[in-house]
This record gives sequence, C-alpha cells and structure tokens, in this order.
Amino acid sequence: MTAIYGVPLQALFGQLLLGLINGSFYAVLSLGLAIIFGLLNNINFAHGAQYMMGAFAAWMLLNYAGLGFWWALILAPLLVGLFGIVLERVLISRLYRLDHLYGFLLTFGLALILQGIFQSKYGVSGLAYAIPGELAGGQRLPFMFLPNYRVFVIVASLAVCLSVWLAIEKTMLGAYLRAATENPALVAAFGVNVPLLLTLTYGGGVALAAFAGVLAAPIYSVNPNMGADIIIVVFAVVVIGGMGSILGSVVTGYALGLVEGLTKVFYPEGSATVIYVIMALVLLIKPAGLFGRTN
Amino acid sequence: MPEAVKTQTLAPGPILSVEHLEGWYGEGQVLHGVTFDVEPGQVVTLLGRNGAGKTTTLRALMGILGKRRGSIRFDGVQTIALPSRRIARLGLGYVPEERGIFASLSTFENLMLPPRVKPGGLDVEQIYTLFPNLRERAGSPGTKLSGGEQQMLAIGRILRTGARTILLDEPTEGLAPVIVQQIGRTIAQLKQDGYTIVLVEQNFRFAQTVADKHVVIEQGRAVDTIANADFEASLGKITTYLGV
Ligand SMILES: Nc1ncnc2c1ncn2[C@@H]1O[C@H](COP(=O)(O)OP(=O)(O)OP(=O)(O)O)[C@@H](O)[C@H]1O
Ligand SMILES: [Mg+2]
Repeated sequence: MTAIYGVPLQALFGQLLLGLINGSFYAVLSLGLAIIFGLLNNINFAHGAQYMMGAFAAWMLLNYAGLGFWWALILAPLLVGLFGIVLERVLISRLYRLDHLYGFLLTFGLALILQGIFQSKYGVSGLAYAIPGELAGGQRLPFMFLPNYRVFVIVASLAVCLSVWLAIEKTMLGAYLRAATENPALVAAFGVNVPLLLTLTYGGGVALAAFAGVLAAPIYSVNPNMGADIIIVVFAVVVIGGMGSILGSVVTGYALGLVEGLTKVFYPEGSATVIYVIMALVLLIKPAGLFGRTN
Repeated sequence: MPEAVKTQTLAPGPILSVEHLEGWYGEGQVLHGVTFDVEPGQVVTLLGRNGAGKTTTLRALMGILGKRRGSIRFDGVQTIALPSRRIARLGLGYVPEERGIFASLSTFENLMLPPRVKPGGLDVEQIYTLFPNLRERAGSPGTKLSGGEQQMLAIGRILRTGARTILLDEPTEGLAPVIVQQIGRTIAQLKQDGYTIVLVEQNFRFAQTVADKHVVIEQGRAVDTIANADFEASLGKITTYLGV
C-alpha cells in the first residue's frame, strides 16, 4: 500500500508531520494568549511580535554572545518575558479599567512598532539559524524521512503545554490564577496581590511566545514578519477553542495544524482558508468556542 | 504600624471605628454617612431593608468599593484609602453575600486560597471538625456544593487566615432551618473564642440571638443603634425600620 485515494503515503505523512509542527506552534502560542486573555481580559496582539522577538533573541544570543540553542531555549523566554513584564507595568496595566478595545489597540500598535524596529535593523529577508548539532539528521522510516529536530519540536511543545496545564490546574499558584480569573476583587479582598499576579501572568504568557519563537528559529528563518504571519491563524485557533480556555487552545492548536496538513494533501487550494472556514462554522454553531464556557 | 500597637495598648477602644462613611457605585452615591463603632469581641449587626446599603457598607470596609470617603479605623490604622489587599492583611476577613465560592477551584483549593494574614488561624483539621461536610466534599468543585456547604466553606476559609475580625454578609440567606441553626452555633462559638463580627442579617430574630448591638441602616445612613438588651423593648421601632 503506497497510496490512499491516489495520494502517495509519503506525501500524506509529510503533510501530517508538517501539520503537527505547525500545530505545535499554534498550541504554544494560543496557550499563552488564552492565559493572558483569561486573567487580564486583554487581547494581546503583540503576541506574534513577542514570538518573533524570541527567535531574534536566540539569533542574537548566538551571534553576539556565543550562546547556542540550548541556552537560548532558557534565556530567550526569560529575557522576552522580562520585557513583557516591563510592558505590562508601564503601559498595559493602565488600561485595565477601560474597554478591551484599548488594550487591543495598544498591543496592536506595539506589535507594529516592534516589527518595524527589527525590520529597520535586520531587513526582511530573514536570518539563518542552524539546527543544533545534537538534533541534526533524522530517521529514515519506510515511508518517509523524519528529521530529528522536528520530532524535538513536537515533543518540546507537548511537554511545555502539559507542564503549563498542570501548573494551572494542579498547583496552588494555578488556583490563585484561576480564582483571580473568576473574581479578582474577591481574591484581592483575601490579601492577595492581584496586580502582581497579573504582571507575572503576562510575563509568563509572553515567555511562552518567546519559547515558541526559539523553537521556530531553526525551522523558519528568523524574520521580523514571522509573528505577523502566524498570529492571525493563532487568533482563529483561540476563537475556535474558546477564548480563555487553556485546554481548548492547546487541543485546538494541534488539531487545526493537522487539519491544515490534511487539507494540503486532499484539497491544496483550501489549505490557506480551512481554519477560517472552521472558525466561521464554530462561531455559528457554538459562539463561545468548542471548549468555551457560556456565561 | 507602631502607632497601631500604641493605640491598642494604651486605649482598648473600638477595634473598628467608622465615621461619616460615604460610598459610590460609579457616579451614584449609595452611602451617605455611616457611623458606628465595634468593640473587640463584639458581634454587631447591620439591620435594614433591601437596598439600604448594608452590603455596600461591608464592601467599603473591605476596600472593594471603588470610591469611598470618610474615616474607617481598623485596629488603629486608617484604611479609607488603602487597597483591598492591605486591609485584608490587617486581619479583616470577608464572607460576601454571594459567598464567592470559585467554580474553577475544588472545595479544598477554595479552603486554602485565602492566604494566612495573622498567626493563630484554624488549621484544616479544625475547620473539618467545625464543618464535617467540607471534608467529604474536599475534592468536588466548589459550586457543586449545596448552599449551606458553600456558606460553611466561605466561613471556614476565612477562619484559616487568622483574621480575628470578620464581616459576614447574610450568612443564613436562603438556607434550611437546620443549617441556619448550625451557622448560628458557629457564630456564637466564634464570639466565645473572642472573634469580632460584623453581621448583616435580614432575619432579626436570628440576629437577636447572637448580637451585642444592632446598627440600623436606612438609605445609606446609620440612623439608629440598639443594644441587644433593649431589643424586645425596641421591637416596635425595629419592625418599622425593617418594614416587616
Ligand atoms: N454593583 C452595583 N452598581 C450600582 N448600584 C448598586 C450595585 N450594588 C448595589 N447597588 C445599589 O446600592 C444600593 C445599596 O445596595 P446594597 O447591596 O448595599 O443593599 P443591602 O442593604 O445589602 O440590600 P440587601 O438586603 O438586598 O442585600 C441599592 O440601591 C442597590 O440598588
Ligand atoms: Mg446585601
């Protein structure tokens, strides 16, 4: 058996793998967005730019400080997360009393500014970032070639999504986060420093974006526009999964990556729009999203 | 803070002293001057009709109400301009009218959520002894509990924090008579243990069994104070105030 419905198995598995890789990025990015939206009620449009900054941080750490991929995987999220914390303290926190729309506009503007800064310094053609030596090469399976680094991306993103989910659902810190998402005023009335919780949560969400950016650097080239390209899809994922739903964003992220891959095999013309078609259908049938809670 | 200690040791006056408290929801003024004192160890009720401003008074004391003016001294500290979390840290506990049980948290997580603000709070075992239902329900989501269990949880989690002054907003509202009795016994026990309690209560017969004095709230003002000893003598007045 080398073909299904006339599609060579090799192409099918190739696209499934690609879908799973894209899904990994969708999942990690929409997870960060969902956490931020849940607690801060802020649609973080700068998420794509922060993902891009993660990739650039990896590139800079390598080229300016001689620190390789493994260092970048730890340091880039910390650095970009710290940047997010400053952003939240200095700008975003001033908008909590206002309509969501202001936070959205602010972060949208920030995304454009950040993107512009990197464009003017590094151009738009993209910078190469090599796959770490330990993960070069791949496995020759009977029906396809499986690059090691891509397997690593899938495993790493799954591990991160699972850890974040456990931290939110099973720890006391996560309980504070869930409680403050429901009723911040009451949590504050118990003596909890809610503004600090908001700042750290934003920082954490941004760090997740940067982590995805580091993972992306060796696959896609490091490019100022990489965030703008992916973030629209990620927003669609968040809407389909249900705004603010942690589990929903992760599951939907991987699932839609796969759906996109399959569409490329069976109906290539539809692969660019399939996610938006699904989004429209979900909004029609279940406006709160697949995993969303209707209030 | 040294000032706080001094006030307490030199003059054992009221633990909570509210003067000319005003409060707003947005542009709408709801509190127009609430004044009353609570001595340490007292149970003081706020009585009044629906919409009189009892809940709003507690929210103002807790610092949750957006705009407030006047004076609130708690344990020697002026709290009118403090953020909510700082007020809680002074040892003021809050059991809100809607109970405030978090749906996304288990019963146990709800119990553990409020941080300890003072030494000497109950431990989990003591809370389970007080409210055995909570032990059985520890793993269930907070909102799967019955109304009575939610109220026990709302009170229990505050007793863990070590707060010695507690604001209780209609703890018996909508509960079955046996549960009302249990809550009543709990409040009496807390009073015996030296807790100070500000209790909002519609059921003035219930209030009479536990309180030292009653502050009548009418249209955002404290209009009268009645010692519990004078309760029967003032019954006519009270029923007029409450419109019952
Ligand atoms: N969130 C709010 N926004 C605007 N107005 C409010 C809000 N909550 C209460 N009010 C108004 O403030 C006034 C006082 O309400 P409050 O809840 O303090 O009354 P209450 O004495 O606790 O009444 P009840 O016995 O019904 O609980 C009422 O007129 C009410 O309509
Ligand atoms: Mg009320």
